[in-house]
Amino acid sequence: MLETSKLNEGKIKRYLSEGRRFDGRDLNEFREIKIETGVSKHAEGSVRVKLGKTEVLVGVKMDVATPFPDTPNQGNLMTNAELTPLSSADFESGPPKTPAIELGRIIDRGIRESKFIDFEKLCIKEGEKVWSVFIDIYSINDDGNLLDAAGIAALIALKNTMVPKYDEEKEKAIYGEHDRKLPLAENMIPISLTVHKIGDNLLIDPLKEEEDVSEMRLTTSGFKDTIFAMQKGESGTIESERMPELLELAEKAREKVILRIKEYL
Amino acid sequence: MSERKLVIPGEIIVSEKEFLPGEWTEKRNDEIVAVRFGVAEEQDRLVRVIPISGTYQPRKGNVVIGQAVNILSSGWFIDIDTPENAFLPVSEFPRYINRGEFADVLDIGEMVVAKIINIDKRGIDLTIRAHGLGKVEDGLIIKINSNKVPRIIGKEGSMINLIKEETGCNITVGQNGVIWISGKDTEAELFAKKAIMYITENFFMEGLTEEMKRWFEEEKGK
Repeated sequence: MLETSKLNEGKIKRYLSEGRRFDGRDLNEFREIKIETGVSKHAEGSVRVKLGKTEVLVGVKMDVATPFPDTPNQGNLMTNAELTPLSSADFESGPPKTPAIELGRIIDRGIRESKFIDFEKLCIKEGEKVWSVFIDIYSINDDGNLLDAAGIAALIALKNTMVPKYDEEKEKAIYGEHDRKLPLAENMIPISLTVHKIGDNLLIDPLKEEEDVSEMRLTTSGFKDTIFAMQKGESGTIESERMPELLELAEKAREKVILRIKEYL
Repeated sequence: MSERKLVIPGEIIVSEKEFLPGEWTEKRNDEIVAVRFGVAEEQDRLVRVIPISGTYQPRKGNVVIGQAVNILSSGWFIDIDTPENAFLPVSEFPRYINRGEFADVLDIGEMVVAKIINIDKRGIDLTIRAHGLGKVEDGLIIKINSNKVPRIIGKEGSMINLIKEETGCNITVGQNGVIWISGKDTEAELFAKKAIMYITENFFMEGLTEEMKRWFEEEKGK
């Protein structure tokens, strides 16, 4: 109900062109990130991430499954996002709609394409049994930028995930007993970061009202100067001359985010 | 029971016999129980709950702020945060408007301050033929829970006048929880917004107007 009105839209744009935002941040400044790990007793890895008033919960669950025929010696990855009705007036219960599917896929692609998880080490018996990794994302409160909050949360949850022991006889997982951490790539942190375009301004970490008037967004998942995956959203466009500026903004923001979440990685 | 307290549905407010159940409470055995989430208070042995959550219940005579969502041949559909849209007929406009000029007068997405003149089975009818009503021209729109509107206005408007005085903004509060702030610049408007948000977070506090005076002094000292 009551979308951000034209009045506020004009106001946000005018304010942004002066280089200022409603909550006093700079255009390239992230909100405060608060992290709490181990929030779920039954998940193999879990985390709650707060980005200002935006809040997401991510749990990683592992199970034994058969591999896909084209990757017989690799584990599986499934990412699922649920935008709960309580977290925003825009979300309703029922089958997932486009925003939830898109959110899940952006996070999935970022992690998959960066080769962050070493899937070959998740093979139990080639062609028959592998570990399946399920990443479940739940929105608790949406005050803008769920995308980046979910990306950060998924990353930290994976870092905290323990692989359950494997029961050779029953060919099942023994939950509650762990012997190793999830095999992850060393020295690499694929952060997905979204840059929004409002008017002629590029900014990161939008508030809900800024997100409502965003004309274009581009999510890039990357580390240092490498980009693993991209997703463009909204109907607006960006000039090709401005792409370097956008990518530089994303890269610098990624570095800052990594510094702030370092102790949880 | 002497002071206000926050209650949830099913919570026992008082268990002494001499009290009477008021609005949003019910008597179970000898206990008075809350049926809505809100603030419980007692006056002359009558216990009642002032709800602080839930949707806006439209009432005849309420001044509300809504957003034009559709233009028909006879007027506008206005979203005032109720289950059904409200209708603003073109005949309720203070001046004559040519057919085809509706969008120039009030376009989709624009906001309007209106008064509810009628509610029936067909829906809600609005008017803007009175002083202070009409299109929202410039300023900032914010949305709060409609149940907190009485606290924003305060006793005989004491709270809203305090905010107006301290921020120098013009503030129109719709009973549906939509607030229009218009000041000399965006900073002033954002300051008023901050004040209103502080009230909505501390709505249960007693002597809130005094607290707000203190808050303004503190904020201005910064």
